[in-house]
Amino acid sequence: MITAGCDIGSRTAKAVILEDDDILTYAVIPARLDPRKSAEDVMKIATEQAGISMDSIRQIVGTGYGQKEIQYAGRLESEIVCHAKGAWWNQPSARMVIDIGGQDSKVIKMDETGKVIRYSYNDKCAAGTGRFLEIMADALGVPLEEMGEKASASNERISISSQCVIFAETEVVSLVNEGKEIHDILNALHRAMANRVASQARSLVVEEDVILTGGVAKNSGIFDALSEGIRIRIKPLEHIDPQINGALGAALIAKEIDRS
Amino acid sequence: MSIVAGCDVGSLTTKAVIINNRRIVAAAIIRSGPRPVQSANEVMEKVCSEAGILQKGIDFCIGTGYGRESIEFVDEAVSEISCHAKGAQWLVPSARTIVDIGGQDCKVIRIDKEGNVQKFVTNDKCASGTGRFLDVMANVMNITTSELGKLSTKSTSPIAFASVCTVWAQADIIKHINARCRPEDICAGINAAMANRVSMLANTMKIEDDICITGGGAKNDGVVNALGGILGRRIKRINRVDPQLAGAIGAALLASQRTRNGSNR
Repeated sequence: MITAGCDIGSRTAKAVILEDDDILTYAVIPARLDPRKSAEDVMKIATEQAGISMDSIRQIVGTGYGQKEIQYAGRLESEIVCHAKGAWWNQPSARMVIDIGGQDSKVIKMDETGKVIRYSYNDKCAAGTGRFLEIMADALGVPLEEMGEKASASNERISISSQCVIFAETEVVSLVNEGKEIHDILNALHRAMANRVASQARSLVVEEDVILTGGVAKNSGIFDALSEGIRIRIKPLEHIDPQINGALGAALIAKEIDRS
Repeated sequence: MSIVAGCDVGSLTTKAVIINNRRIVAAAIIRSGPRPVQSANEVMEKVCSEAGILQKGIDFCIGTGYGRESIEFVDEAVSEISCHAKGAQWLVPSARTIVDIGGQDCKVIRIDKEGNVQKFVTNDKCASGTGRFLDVMANVMNITTSELGKLSTKSTSPIAFASVCTVWAQADIIKHINARCRPEDICAGINAAMANRVSMLANTMKIEDDICITGGGAKNDGVVNALGGILGRRIKRINRVDPQLAGAIGAALLASQRTRNGSNR
């Protein structure tokens, strides 16, 4: 049986196609101006990759902030439920998911069946979201995808006291002017951002295993910084792109719906 | 009779005031440089030359503001909270709550009728609700921060902003600019969003009338009016001096008390 999940985020759109318990294919595209177009495009790419037609998909679940614009979705489900489901399926030992997206951050606690117990959602403050790193990458002229690697080459531990994006940016400018090394500034930035997310996680009482998902999970530097922040070694998803976790969860829910 | 001074080294501006016999004889405001010591020296030189006195002619000087610990010439350093309370109460004797909107922070202070601090809250962690928010927004609008206040008074239907965060609001504004919204309506929306964030801070404690507003943010009519509207109270403004000087004036007044108390050097 073929099912699919589609996650329309603020910055990227994701689709996952499942055949029974296996990921047949997935796609991640930058969000279009119109979320409806994002939904169409990402599913078109995924079905073409899988070599199947839309008609052969038994059930599609939509999620993400643009979920209402997914015309072909048979059902909609919250991102929280989808993320919990995806991470738990990938690693049944997971009891907490931290998802850091382009414009939000979520911390979700679940039980041993992958059911959500509690969660915390931040989309009010840009600190602790992918936007923080994007702005800093821009300020330092470092490509976003190289930030983590560069941060790990740090030799001197410096600290950035602000968590606010605006204030941290000012601090970065002063540190550059003081002649501090980019590696060290990047390392400090990762810790500043991680501290914001760590306090969000601590408000729910952290429980192992903790899985980090979302676009920011592609940054190796954040794993170290966040693990330090919550004093527990954070794990990545195994063998899959961390950005597709929500869409994966949606596809898994689609499978359950069809069974019931 | 003694000549006293107050020097307030803020994150963005540095202020100095000279008081002689409870009258302000000179005041100066400069942009803060990277080193607080230098800013303090510079503003003091300026205010002394305006007053036509030598710095050694000052009997007592109190330093305040975030850079107060590094000022070399002061006789004493006092917290901004105490200085703002003192200064605002002197300028507006009926004031019981002071809202100070600085360049990178915001404070709400409740005082008794003598100007003693009863309670205060500050925000210096989040740029929203501080002067920085207005600066960033004015920059996106490609106008000066003072134009932001003026323009907004012409608005007929202010834009409502969904986000409090400076970063998200910045993105919102760009959308509204692209949608060809009237600049005055966007400006009014910015000021309302700013006032909303300040009111969130103010509402964490019991505020009492009269409310007086100080700091650079007090120069923005749009913010002051919007804040009055949200709090449902009239806000008293300082007209006889620049509202940014309240901290430095308070510092000078405290200096004058010290000389009267016989702690003259």
